[in-house]
Amino acid sequence: MSEATLSTAPQGAPDSDRSDPVHALVAHADDNLILAQRLAEWISRAPELEEDIALGNIALDHIGVARALYTQAGSLEGKGRSEDDFAMRRSEREFLNLLLVEQPNGDFAHTMVRGVFFDVYQVELWADPSFAEDTSLSGIAARALKEARYHLLHSSSWVIRLGDGTGESHRRAQAAVDHLWRYTAELFEGEASGYRDVWEKTVGEILDEAGLRIPDDPYQRSGGRRGFHSEHLGALLAEMQWMQRSHPGLEW
Amino acid sequence: MDAAQSSGAGMVTATTLDNDRARSVASRVVDPEIPVLSIAELGILRDVRSDGHRVVATITPTYSGCPAMRQIEDDLRAALRAAGFDEVDVVTEHEPPWSSEWITPEGLEKLTSFGIAPPGAEIVCPRCRSGSARLVSRFGSTACKALMACRTCGEPFDHFKEF
Repeated sequence: MSEATLSTAPQGAPDSDRSDPVHALVAHADDNLILAQRLAEWISRAPELEEDIALGNIALDHIGVARALYTQAGSLEGKGRSEDDFAMRRSEREFLNLLLVEQPNGDFAHTMVRGVFFDVYQVELWADPSFAEDTSLSGIAARALKEARYHLLHSSSWVIRLGDGTGESHRRAQAAVDHLWRYTAELFEGEASGYRDVWEKTVGEILDEAGLRIPDDPYQRSGGRRGFHSEHLGALLAEMQWMQRSHPGLEW
Repeated sequence: MDAAQSSGAGMVTATTLDNDRARSVASRVVDPEIPVLSIAELGILRDVRSDGHRVVATITPTYSGCPAMRQIEDDLRAALRAAGFDEVDVVTEHEPPWSSEWITPEGLEKLTSFGIAPPGAEIVCPRCRSGSARLVSRFGSTACKALMACRTCGEPFDHFKEF
């Protein structure tokens, strides 16, 4: 992105202090909201009916977490911003989600591998008392932790089944790991740097059991936490925010 | 101010009565997804307080993504207004988080009679009482349920997950 493009980009939260609890809340809320939107795209096209229901349920949990975090962010910020203001009235540059969650679903193996990468991260985040304390979220964090563990049970059992399944399912699961690995270093930027060891150990164990290997390629992408996104987020937001952009303030 | 003091003493009794009545009305509101179960039996109604006209009802969501919470709030407001409480506030309290252990013993029995295996270490088929069941899907018709199938009678059934 050129300097000229940057200077005309809408200004938002990206330059704020990384240790600011509002910034942290919005970033993690954005992760949950964008992943929920992606998971909802599976509804009516999952490999089987149970998966349709499972992915819809998981998406709802993520939306619920995002709503609670946006509400808390709005309350700590004290400028009267509602959950809808955060979700529906910010532009791409103001979203602070990880690049991992905005990537297109790909095939089912891609979605499940992304699930494992994200769910292990969420389990660590919600189990971290300092995050819950900094953001006054203890009740929400305790509930989100139980949910994240359940999501991980689902995603990890699928990754193990696919990796350790047929030649075709193994090939696709490995292709998913190879492709998505480049978005994993970003998970541990800033405050989350302490999560890396446990994450690598847990994910490594799951991939081992699945007969999958971590790619040797050290190439990594990042930028989401600073509001620099891949080409995919804009299209996702255009669809998600269309109603509020076309009819501002519309309510059910 | 004798009059004020005596009416003040009367207020205590009136407030207690209002509290009891508001609580009783709120306790009868049912879960829209499991209509045999009241929100009190489900353990999501945490507190009800009233001073006569105003009622504050406190609820705790089960799952983050439970889409029934909004409906429950609306049902609570409607029930309390119909009972003569003009001003109703429904407060959502996240701390401590809801647990399936908060379901009352009566609630657990009602779940079984509705065909849902209650949370617990042993999953018993609500139809034939067999203790042998297999997991069909970790995610069922609502966020709080998983789908099981009985190995003895062959029937599928919902299981209210431990949470």
